Amino acid sequence: MTAYIIRRLLYTIPIVFGVLLLTFVLFTLIGGDISLEIAGKGATQETIDDIRREYGLNKPLFLAWDSQFINHFKSALTFDFGRSRDRELIIDKIKRGVGPSLALTVPMFFCVVIISVSLALVVAFVRGSVWDTLAVFICVAGMSIPYLSFILFGQYFLAYKWGIFPVFFSPDLTMAQYVALPVLIGIVAGLGGNLRFYRTVMLDEMRSDYVRTAFAKGLNTRRVLFKHVLKNAMIPIITRVVLAIPFLFLGSLLLERFFGIPGLGHMMIEAIGSRDYFVINAMTYISAILFVLFNLITDICYSLVDPRISLE
Amino acid sequence: MSDSHNIIRTPLPRGRSLWSDGLRRLCRRKFAMVCFAVVLIYFSLAGFIYLAELFDWQVGPTLWNEEVGASYETPSSENLLGTDIFGQSVLRKTLYGAKVSITVALCASFISIAIGVPLGAIAGYFRGFIDEIIVWIYSTLSSVPYILLIMAFAVVLRDKTIFGYKLTGITAVYLAIGLTSWVGICRLIRGEVIKHKGRDYVLAAMSYGCSERRIIFKHLMPNVFHIIIIDFSLRFVAFIHAEVILSFLGLGEVDRPSWGAMINDARIELSRGVWWQMAAATVAIFLISLALNIFGDALRDSLDPKLRIQ
Repeated sequence: MTAYIIRRLLYTIPIVFGVLLLTFVLFTLIGGDISLEIAGKGATQETIDDIRREYGLNKPLFLAWDSQFINHFKSALTFDFGRSRDRELIIDKIKRGVGPSLALTVPMFFCVVIISVSLALVVAFVRGSVWDTLAVFICVAGMSIPYLSFILFGQYFLAYKWGIFPVFFSPDLTMAQYVALPVLIGIVAGLGGNLRFYRTVMLDEMRSDYVRTAFAKGLNTRRVLFKHVLKNAMIPIITRVVLAIPFLFLGSLLLERFFGIPGLGHMMIEAIGSRDYFVINAMTYISAILFVLFNLITDICYSLVDPRISLE
Repeated sequence: MSDSHNIIRTPLPRGRSLWSDGLRRLCRRKFAMVCFAVVLIYFSLAGFIYLAELFDWQVGPTLWNEEVGASYETPSSENLLGTDIFGQSVLRKTLYGAKVSITVALCASFISIAIGVPLGAIAGYFRGFIDEIIVWIYSTLSSVPYILLIMAFAVVLRDKTIFGYKLTGITAVYLAIGLTSWVGICRLIRGEVIKHKGRDYVLAAMSYGCSERRIIFKHLMPNVFHIIIIDFSLRFVAFIHAEVILSFLGLGEVDRPSWGAMINDARIELSRGVWWQMAAATVAIFLISLALNIFGDALRDSLDPKLRIQ
């Protein structure tokens, strides 16, 4: 057990190293020297040299204690990512953006999970009937509509035309007001894929032997579904939920852009627009760390629950 | 002495291969075949636009930048889907968008198959150190959120010159999608090859003295190939949607129409009541996604040997 946890902890080291290597290759080797871009067209050589010095671009790439390669690792491991284009510390920017992002993604995500799991139970109840086929078809149709269309049409009709919700973020609105419509749109857009996934989980569970036994004992469908199937189906459901949590910190790129919510997704869009590699680098690294962390927590929880795992 | 006349020629029942069996079952699903037809129409449209551009035919979609009316004309019998801000036909732009989307999705699929399948097969067949390296690479890639990874690649690759070739417009887009999406197929193929390696036919091939390359490509590959097809009929949709989002973010094709760019235009237009450009792009994406999703599901049900017994 302890050995398993230690082994699992050690296994995260190469992954973090890999992510750092990937961001280094991507942003430093392929991305290259962007001091000319930052300085602008009419910049003098001195300004360019200053920028190079600030970002450490004048240092050797490898093979020195003060090389860009070593500095890349140092800055990531100490969470010191330098400054973005608008001279703000990147880490401060991220801290500021996390709040609005979570306010948007957390209610959205949990509503989607609760609604789609309950609907999946209903669909499992009527499995094989016309309603089941219809539900699957609606799910697939919902998955086929581009996310952008959900957002644009939702914003146009519900906010702009009928005025039920505010169209855009403004600082004097309460959080519940500006988050309501994006959350609603996110739920509708995410329902199709999730419902379909949970339906498959439920139906897979319905094929197991214990379900047949329960039916053979003469239990009715409702009792089998809620008492037996739901409990066992919770394992894949919880896995999916826990592994999705790190992505909640990222916010939603498209929803935040359309509704002007000042979260991390919005920050990413700005960084893409101005080609601010440093911000994108920081976000890539932080999200990967979060993912690795939550993966670790899931695995350790599993080993606590299921003693067979640590034997592997 | 010859006893050839003694041999009774028993008529052998004609064997049914996995493929013919799957195809037969697929053809029985009428709705899936309709969806397949829709997909084929999109592909032939994209192919036609390529030919038309190559031979300089002056037909509808290639004349997308011609002014056919006033700015923001409502849909009418003359301009079926109305016009955009420059008075260009929305119908022509939508048709042309099919070429961009299909090109991106096809190229991205080829790139990710070309990377993922050999790596997965090698990792699954040889195991050991090489397996650990490959697993390490894909675990690293999959620990970064997918959309963030694609965007990071697209931002960095855009307008870069690599080996004297400038990556403009959609080249950067499909490279970014292709270089990041091979993880799924690699994992699948690796798992399947590990499973198949213990089978008798592989042992038989080994005992003939087949080379490892021959075993992997001649014996194992045909047995796992259906997984690649199923996976990509479903993944194609994700690629189309990724292209739309990247184009929308301004990382895609800039001087030619694409569905993502049309939706981006619609962002401003909608508040002025101009809905047709948005609707056209949405319907175009919706139809091909729906057709591919349903066809992909049918393909999986017909080709997956695990379901064969039922």
